[in-house]
Amino acid sequence: MSIRRHVKEGLWHNNVVFSQLLALCPTLAVTTSGTNGLGMGLATTAVLLVSNILVSLIRNFVSREVRIPVFVVVIATLVTLVDLSLNAWLHDLYKVLGLFIALIVVNCAILGRAEAFASKAPVREAALDGLFMGLGFTLALTVIGLVRELLGSGTLFAQASLLLGPSFAFLETTVVKDFNGALMMILPPGGFLALGVLLAAKRVLDARLAARRPAGADLAAEAA
Amino acid sequence: MDLALLRDKLAYQGLSLGAVAMLCAAALVVGNRLTREGIAKAEAADLAASLAQVLPAGSSDNDLLNDTVKVGAGKTASGADAGGTAPAVTVYRARKEGKVTGAVFRMAARGYAGDIVVLMGVDTQGRLLGARVVKHAETPGLGDKIEPAKSKWILDFDGKSLNDPPAEKWAVKKDGGVFDQFAGATITPRAVVKAVKSGLEFFAAHREEILQ
Repeated sequence: MSIRRHVKEGLWHNNVVFSQLLALCPTLAVTTSGTNGLGMGLATTAVLLVSNILVSLIRNFVSREVRIPVFVVVIATLVTLVDLSLNAWLHDLYKVLGLFIALIVVNCAILGRAEAFASKAPVREAALDGLFMGLGFTLALTVIGLVRELLGSGTLFAQASLLLGPSFAFLETTVVKDFNGALMMILPPGGFLALGVLLAAKRVLDARLAARRPAGADLAAEAA
Repeated sequence: MDLALLRDKLAYQGLSLGAVAMLCAAALVVGNRLTREGIAKAEAADLAASLAQVLPAGSSDNDLLNDTVKVGAGKTASGADAGGTAPAVTVYRARKEGKVTGAVFRMAARGYAGDIVVLMGVDTQGRLLGARVVKHAETPGLGDKIEPAKSKWILDFDGKSLNDPPAEKWAVKKDGGVFDQFAGATITPRAVVKAVKSGLEFFAAHREEILQ
């Protein structure tokens, strides 16, 4: 597959959250702000990239019957190592992301990509798939987080400088000052509402795009 | 032998899973050894930094992390109804020229979502030098205003003691006290007020022991 196709698949057509509807538990839990969504997305992308590469490397040695436990052990080890090294060497980042790292183990999208793609693909393809699936996940989490944050607290990317460093302070925007907003959007029900509305919006957009595109264009895209 | 044939053998499956598990365990051991020192150092630095936040600059010339005393919390007035006896509390003592100038310890109270742990510094007279929430799981955007990075609220406690404000005023405004609550979150500040108050009571009850 071409890189372009990987990008399209990961970010839109086969997006982990918006199309595959996987990993909804971490998605709903951490997207109370754009910054949280971005942090969880980036940490997951790193794990997904490395786990896809490892799974692809060992794919010929692992028999079908034991592949799931093998993948689970590999992913859990990886997450623990990421957790330990962030804690030791990037402690400030760890204090922001620490909460999310352990949650990555239970992210079914990672096992899903290992099983559905990386265990059948060469290393380069698996790495690209992991990278762009991860970025698609990051995109989804950031968008949901931003919607909830805007409606719930009236800000965008609040405390982004804690996550990305002081040079990213410009991202922090207060859209409405002293806005007490729709509190519900930050609480769990808001996650379901935001996700549902965004899913519906993507469906509508996809239907519009499909209607506008002449028949056969999909096949041409596939060939390209 | 052909790998494809070998892969179907039961022994191969068991052994390969075992081998992967062993390699992963080895990787974890190596990872743990490599990071142990760094993590301990980072956590000690964290603790030292938060200790410094609740003590005024220059109030100590000793190594607080190694001058500790374990005090049995027993039953304090607010501690008892928060869940019976608390385990022993580690108290870090600040000394200047050998004399204790203050004590730092952790106190917890049940918040909206789990325990809220408050680190507090107290001077020898039982006056609060500073308090910081070091651990909580409150609702982001509502209850997390107890973090100094998000709101100055926690600084209101500086300089307070058990008699100032009087005991019955140690509550959020909604309950007739002097401390602000947050819009949409009353349980959280109520818990912090309770933790700080029980911390001051704990200090008063064990003052002799701590100041030795």
